[in-house]
Amino acid sequence: MAVVSYRDAVRGALRDEMLRDQRVILMGESITGYGGSYAVTKGLIDEFGPKRVMETPIAEAGIVGFAVGAAMGGLLPVAELMTVNFALLALDQIVNSAAKFHYMFGGQWSVPLVVRTVSGFGQLGPTHSQTFEGWFASVPGLKVVMPATPADARGLLLASIRDPDPVIFIEHSLLYSTKGEVAAGNGEATEEIPIGSAKVVRPGSDVTLVGYSRMLLQALRAAEVLERDDGVSCEVIDLRTLRPVDYPTLVDSVRRTHQLVLCGEDWRTGGFGSDLLSEMQDRCFDDLDGPIQRVAMRDIPMAYSRLLEKALIPTSDQIVEAVRRLN
Amino acid sequence: MATAPKNRPARAKRVRTRITDPDLPLGLTPAQCRHMYRQMVLIRRFEEHAAEAYAQAKVGGFLHLYIGEEAVAVGALNAGRDDDHLLGHYRDHGYALARGCDPKACMAELFGREDGLCHGRGGSMHLAEASRNFWGGYAIVGSHIPIGAGMAYAMQYQQRDQIVLDFFGDGATGNGIFHEGLNMAALWNLPIIFICENNLYGMGATLAEESPVSEMKIKAEGYTMPAVQCDGMDVLAVYETIQRAAEHCRSGKGPFFVEALTYRFRGHSMADPELYRDKAEVQRWRTQDPIPRFGDFCVEHRVCSPKELAQINEEVEQQMLEAVAFADQSPWPDPSEVDRWIYAKPIDPEVNALLEQDGASALLAPEPEVKEAGV
Repeated sequence: MAVVSYRDAVRGALRDEMLRDQRVILMGESITGYGGSYAVTKGLIDEFGPKRVMETPIAEAGIVGFAVGAAMGGLLPVAELMTVNFALLALDQIVNSAAKFHYMFGGQWSVPLVVRTVSGFGQLGPTHSQTFEGWFASVPGLKVVMPATPADARGLLLASIRDPDPVIFIEHSLLYSTKGEVAAGNGEATEEIPIGSAKVVRPGSDVTLVGYSRMLLQALRAAEVLERDDGVSCEVIDLRTLRPVDYPTLVDSVRRTHQLVLCGEDWRTGGFGSDLLSEMQDRCFDDLDGPIQRVAMRDIPMAYSRLLEKALIPTSDQIVEAVRRLN
Repeated sequence: MATAPKNRPARAKRVRTRITDPDLPLGLTPAQCRHMYRQMVLIRRFEEHAAEAYAQAKVGGFLHLYIGEEAVAVGALNAGRDDDHLLGHYRDHGYALARGCDPKACMAELFGREDGLCHGRGGSMHLAEASRNFWGGYAIVGSHIPIGAGMAYAMQYQQRDQIVLDFFGDGATGNGIFHEGLNMAALWNLPIIFICENNLYGMGATLAEESPVSEMKIKAEGYTMPAVQCDGMDVLAVYETIQRAAEHCRSGKGPFFVEALTYRFRGHSMADPELYRDKAEVQRWRTQDPIPRFGDFCVEHRVCSPKELAQINEEVEQQMLEAVAFADQSPWPDPSEVDRWIYAKPIDPEVNALLEQDGASALLAPEPEVKEAGV
């Protein structure tokens, strides 16, 4: 075990998988000399050269389409889209190409593609601070992964690259510098974290908090406050994969706690949490002692100015308030 | 005096058996010419029968006919190698048939049947047969242009000598994805032939309405790749051009752009009343019909007699009747299998939960076995 940053965990997984398998290639905007917008691929160009670390034009749809073709031709491409906001330009290739081919052509071939992208904010304004995981998670044929910790970032990325289906791997810009223990292995199969498995990261008995990506950390903070100030014991679950959702783990928890709070960063209307809420109500209606609570982004475009931005971003305080509404 | 009589019978014999014909261009053999003629007739008759089946509601959704443009697919695919990668647009029956896909399986796909090329999941616009390196009809205009470039990159990366043939229409050149794909192909010197079928219309938009230039090759020239036009109503002109392009790509010189000047005789789809074009224009183009045109060539060059051409037509017609009968009799896909093939590796979180208990190494076992063992 070694303590590494989330950024280094992602880079380490990419590097180990490239060393292990010649078919793995990286492609993206400014990922070579620049090292990537968030410095994730820094140095990999020196080790693997331009055939395996491809500097691309600024052409998101082209990048993903090209990666789909490279995958069909026998490679295992990992395409980086600088942020999830720019992934909108590639939606057609993600939804109509990557997600469709295995089904549409009757199982003749699959598209083993990973699209790595980033959500997050930090005074980046309305077009650069969005989260669209719910959109991707609504598409049959895609797998959607959002790790919160360095260990999960590594384990899930290894699993994603080895998966025969297209995986949307969404990192978070505010997590890159967070640190955690990560296995210092060389990428053996035991290091993989299976796609579609949630994790109980803090056991508890009174209420279940479900988070993913940065909101997991907010949920953990809220759980501490609630235990200290209110004597409420929160079970915190890291969803880790948004498609498919590990409902058995969620349901099992709610059957014990009878209370559920869903924590996300996307918009309240039509956000991923809406779907999660609907499904959990279906599965757990009789187990619930109160209405499922949601913490989500207000339905307002993200503003640039510091105080305005702060007024919009979901926080651990809001999670605390949501739990108090239940009790 | 002694040599003349000796040569004369020999020449006569050569003509009679048609082993080679000194008049055939491009090193073509009579057998190749007959094959190309047959393929064009096959596509034409296939689509006529498909149109009839559409009118009988046996084919649903959209049906886009390639009629009039057969020379492009047939000329191009005969010039390339059988293992070259092929990607086409939604007007894709011609590519499938020219690549050798079974007309029965193609018709069954149009009919939405289990024996269809894609088991009824894709339909007319999404024919594909991976074992023939025919990677599909793509129905989002231009989307397969970077996909073709990516496949070409995979060939280059793996040092394989297959090239990619990527077909699209003039309408696709107005889409950003066309430019993104060409830009990358040129930037990385990829072995791909972009074949633009300029049929003068992007659905119902005339060329003048959709493009500032009437020659699509001008758009490719900006990306520094060789770009040429050819007569898309002449199968030999297409054959010759693609042969040259394939040689260029296969020798590592990068992408090549071919603009085939062609025309679709039928509407954009079966629902098209063709209000945007003049009937006289259609009639003018029909005089260029690639099938009789190449038929005349074959007769003139003693590849076959008019009677033999008629025989080919009859044989193909018979084959098409069989294809329709096959499609009619093929079973419908089982609705209980509608969720098959969403994923190559379906993930069941209930199984994952069990796997976590057993350790992740259990993941190495094949999915179905794990499921049985776990549940």
